[in-house]
Amino acid sequence: MTRRERHDLRNGLLFIAPWLIGFGAFVAYPIAASVWYSLCDYSVLKPAVFIAADNYAELGQDPVFWQSLQNTLYFAVFYLPLSAMFAIALALLLNTGVRGMAVYRTIFFLPSLTPMIALAILWMWMLNGEYGVVNHFLNPVLGVFGLRSPDWLQTTIWSKPAIILMSLWGVGHAMVIYLAGLQDVPHQLYEAADIDGASWFAKLGHVTLPLISPVIFFNVVMGLIGAFQVFALPYVLTGGLGGPVRSTTFYAMYLYNCAFKYLRMGYACAMAWILFLIVLGLTLAVMRISRGRVYYGGT
Amino acid sequence: MAERDSQMTIPHRVRRVPRRGLRSFLIHAVLISGSFVFLFPLAWMISTSLKPIEQTMVMPPKWIPNPVQFLNYLRAVNFIPFFTYARNTLTICLLGTAGMVLSSSLVAYGFARIDWRGRNVLFVIVLATMMIPFPVTMIPLYGIFRNLHWIGTFRPLWVPAWFGNAFNIFLLRQFFMTIPRDLSDSARIDGCTELGIYRRVVLPLSRPALAVVALFHFMYNWNDFMGPLIYLIDQKTFTLSLGLQFYQSQHGGTEWNMLMAASTLVVLPIIVLFFFTQKTFIQGITMTGLKA
Repeated sequence: MTRRERHDLRNGLLFIAPWLIGFGAFVAYPIAASVWYSLCDYSVLKPAVFIAADNYAELGQDPVFWQSLQNTLYFAVFYLPLSAMFAIALALLLNTGVRGMAVYRTIFFLPSLTPMIALAILWMWMLNGEYGVVNHFLNPVLGVFGLRSPDWLQTTIWSKPAIILMSLWGVGHAMVIYLAGLQDVPHQLYEAADIDGASWFAKLGHVTLPLISPVIFFNVVMGLIGAFQVFALPYVLTGGLGGPVRSTTFYAMYLYNCAFKYLRMGYACAMAWILFLIVLGLTLAVMRISRGRVYYGGT
Repeated sequence: MAERDSQMTIPHRVRRVPRRGLRSFLIHAVLISGSFVFLFPLAWMISTSLKPIEQTMVMPPKWIPNPVQFLNYLRAVNFIPFFTYARNTLTICLLGTAGMVLSSSLVAYGFARIDWRGRNVLFVIVLATMMIPFPVTMIPLYGIFRNLHWIGTFRPLWVPAWFGNAFNIFLLRQFFMTIPRDLSDSARIDGCTELGIYRRVVLPLSRPALAVVALFHFMYNWNDFMGPLIYLIDQKTFTLSLGLQFYQSQHGGTEWNMLMAASTLVVLPIIVLFFFTQKTFIQGITMTGLKA
């Protein structure tokens, strides 16, 4: 190593020192400790006692665990495609060169700034079965078909759709990312497609979507990681109970309750590792599926 | 100026054929109805926050409260120690944001502007940490802060920000890489140290990216619910997001006008902040999506 190289190595390490320390204290050590605790009976108040894989075995028998996993999958299965569809559709509309694009963009983006807690309280009020403004407008429409609108958050069938609906209201964030992606698509490609007489759908399928596929991929992976950690919204809506009848007990909420309400920290760590494996597995699956379908420019 | 504007718009209008007019009409129709859906809840919140209690339940809803009752805000602010909570939130936000910008920019500089052995391996580790869900580290972290006797203080909520964050490091590194190396080299010839180049060359050229990191972290702290829920115990130390929840569960959905007034007060600063920094904001979100 030359003097110059040694000099650079020293400087480089000094500059990244904050991260190195933070990584050790707030990432590496916690990960190692979390693996260990997941194999222990641990309540934070007393030292951990090794119990091998008992936590994992118990999770397999825990109906609330399975329920929470099921609820979270339900949320992810509906929320991810719906949010991607709405975000892309809105971005496509705004990218037509329509006048007042910046104004519309601001309007659609505003809700995603709203703090989760305020969002929860606001929607709780709007979806109230008796006084809620949503049902007030919905009932006359449904009445034509002889139906009545549901008491959203009080029924096991409609509580999850209600939460999906609220989450979709924050779709503006992804929309802004898609819009930026759309604006990067070279104009010549559309002109060439026009000369070939391509229809609007052909251009969408053969030009637009392939070219923004990296953006879609990024949003889907990020959305996936986020969807499995839904916490604040259902927690506030149900006062931490996940009702009615556990229909809104999501994975992260049950994990939090195990850790901080029942002080079963080891059990919660085991849950966290299962969550990690699920998210990792799904991310790898998305990567696998998208291989050859995501276009990164060049050849 | 006015003349130039009119010159620019006329040919545009002439060119527009009827079919295009219809298409543009349809697009506007969809966008405007979409705007109603998106703005509806916020408008409803503000409208309810100004209503007398008996008008909150009236159906069909009255959009314009009569009389306009500003008193709701006064009562909302006095019902919980609102200003104490606001000060707590702001303290955490400012301390956290200052640390996040400083540490992430230092680390990003080390990864972007200095060549050293092992740099790329470590950077891959930085990126990999983004994949780890928070619950995995949550419990040991709680244990660490408990041993430090930090539970019940603001420290667990802002001290980690002083050690950088993978995503922000990544964002700033990408930005720093675009600054020409020649600038650093000439500064070095002039006798500038690495720290001097960071401070006098790279930072001043990176204001937009630094603003993005600052804004996002501020927003994150302002909206964060889980962190304060885990680490804060004493009600005097609560943040706004926590206080609002506590308040809401205590008053079981009875006085909606007051609740909506309180919610408006929590949302408002973020919306005002957004309007003043809109360009930076949109730029920042764009950066997060495209550089991945």
